[in-house]
Amino acid sequence: MNLGSDRLAPRLLLAVACTTMLCLLVIALFIFKEGLPFMVKVGLGDFLLSSDWRPDSGHFGILPMIVSSLWVTFGALLIGAPLGIAGAVFLAEFAPQGLMRVVKPAIELLSGIPSVVYGFIGVMVLAPFIRSAAGGPGLSILAAAIVLGVMILPTVMAIAIDALRSVPQSYREGALALGATKWQSVRMVVLVAARSGLLAGVILGMGRAIGETMAVIMVAGNAVKMPLSALDSARTLTANIALEMGYATGMHRQALFATGIVLFLVIMILNGLAGAALKRGSLKRRARGR
Amino acid sequence: MTFPSLRPSLETRRVPAFAVSLLCCLLALGCRGREGSVTLAGSTAFQPFAEKLAEEYDDAHPEVNVTVQGGGSALGISAALNGAAQIGMADLVELPPDASALVATVVARDGIAVVVNPKNRIAEISMPKLRAVYMGKIRNWKELGGGDAPITVVSRESGSGTRSSFESILGRFDLTSDAIIQDSNGTIRETVANDGNAIGYLSYGLVNEKIRSVEVDGVPCSSENILAGSYRLVRPIYLLTLGAPRGTPKGFIDYVLGPAGQASIVADGLLPAPRGAASPAGGVSDAPAPGPEGGAR
Repeated sequence: MNLGSDRLAPRLLLAVACTTMLCLLVIALFIFKEGLPFMVKVGLGDFLLSSDWRPDSGHFGILPMIVSSLWVTFGALLIGAPLGIAGAVFLAEFAPQGLMRVVKPAIELLSGIPSVVYGFIGVMVLAPFIRSAAGGPGLSILAAAIVLGVMILPTVMAIAIDALRSVPQSYREGALALGATKWQSVRMVVLVAARSGLLAGVILGMGRAIGETMAVIMVAGNAVKMPLSALDSARTLTANIALEMGYATGMHRQALFATGIVLFLVIMILNGLAGAALKRGSLKRRARGR
Repeated sequence: MTFPSLRPSLETRRVPAFAVSLLCCLLALGCRGREGSVTLAGSTAFQPFAEKLAEEYDDAHPEVNVTVQGGGSALGISAALNGAAQIGMADLVELPPDASALVATVVARDGIAVVVNPKNRIAEISMPKLRAVYMGKIRNWKELGGGDAPITVVSRESGSGTRSSFESILGRFDLTSDAIIQDSNGTIRETVANDGNAIGYLSYGLVNEKIRSVEVDGVPCSSENILAGSYRLVRPIYLLTLGAPRGTPKGFIDYVLGPAGQASIVADGLLPAPRGAASPAGGVSDAPAPGPEGGAR
């Protein structure tokens, strides 16, 4: 009986693992099946490089959405990554244990707040503030970047804390023994040793930012045009799909699936770039170590 | 020796069993009374009214379960066509060609109020100027007699019945690409209420004290003016069915067209169906979607 279940368990787990893979495969296949014919029909140039999105009259240019998605994502990283890493450094290296026990669960709770709540606060508080302080419609790339920056904070911070904690204590002791101050040991030794973990946190945060839909629809204003400044209203790739999928038919529907393909590829490219940066960083470190 | 190790496995086995039985109960609940269930989907302008009507109808007919979903008029049309909903809700001046397979019943009429922030001084706008604002040709309140501030144009997503009616009454045009797009009447209201320079449009029944509706061509948006036909931004609200309504959906549509339903519609700020359609017998128009209502224009 016991032996039987012992043999059964790995197979069952394998089957479950395969289901996950299968889901990914089926989703990818479905999106490509629906979207690729459209891309071929319209032509990549008219789809990716045109900024004229009027589905009713057969214009399907998504360049403004690609640019907006990138702007919003990088804006969110600009806000979320430094704050998250700085907070993690403080909590992991400088804060007393008692504080850590209170703050860490609080951060984890922050990641449990639904995105619609973030969006709501963005609409009610942030957008009017931006409008009165900086001008423009308020519902803007800046508002979306700030909301997303706060949203990715828990992800970046939690992973950064784990990365900093996994740096062996002996590194710190070594640095201190060589006469480094606490800050010098953190800056020159701990942060460098934890670099790949920190970057992993930022990549995960980036994934969350570019894929976020609800909060962005609420605070970005969704105007279909090329954003010229951070105060302009903009529509991201995800918002475009979510806003129009409900009623799109025919070519328009295919165009939204094609938008999904582009989103898929953009995420893969960004992840690939980050992965490559990670690899190069660790190679360099190894070379220097030798 | 075996007992302690057996116990947790028994307990863990009980959890899925519990979940399965719970799921069965939920499924059974869901199936109960499926015979008498009606789903409405579509227009977000009519959605709150439909929800209230559904509640009233449920009270009078406990055996029938009416579900109301939003999604926009275009979704209402496609849901009625593919059977996702027995009744589609649409608030379009012109129904698209693919809706010709559906039977459209006018159950109410609705004015489209042009709204600004209460802080805005402007009292009136002409239809050509309104069109120019939405095309992006007029970009400053100064040109409309207001203060020197840029206009924030707020519009609906392109599947919206309110937007398509608004655009076809003003004369088809390409919306300015600067327009902020919101996907429901409620979010339009919030956006205009929060932005002193915004202009938007929404269902007359949903205007509240946080925003102010302006006169169009010198005519205030009010029930009297809409009924009299002098206020021109008006669209009919259709309930769409695949084929003439039968059975439970017909019961609900008849209720909406009946005195109680119409009274409830009027009480909440919509306008009653045109007189000819108000009686349940005459409510079902066999002809595919009529064009703009005579009385509304």
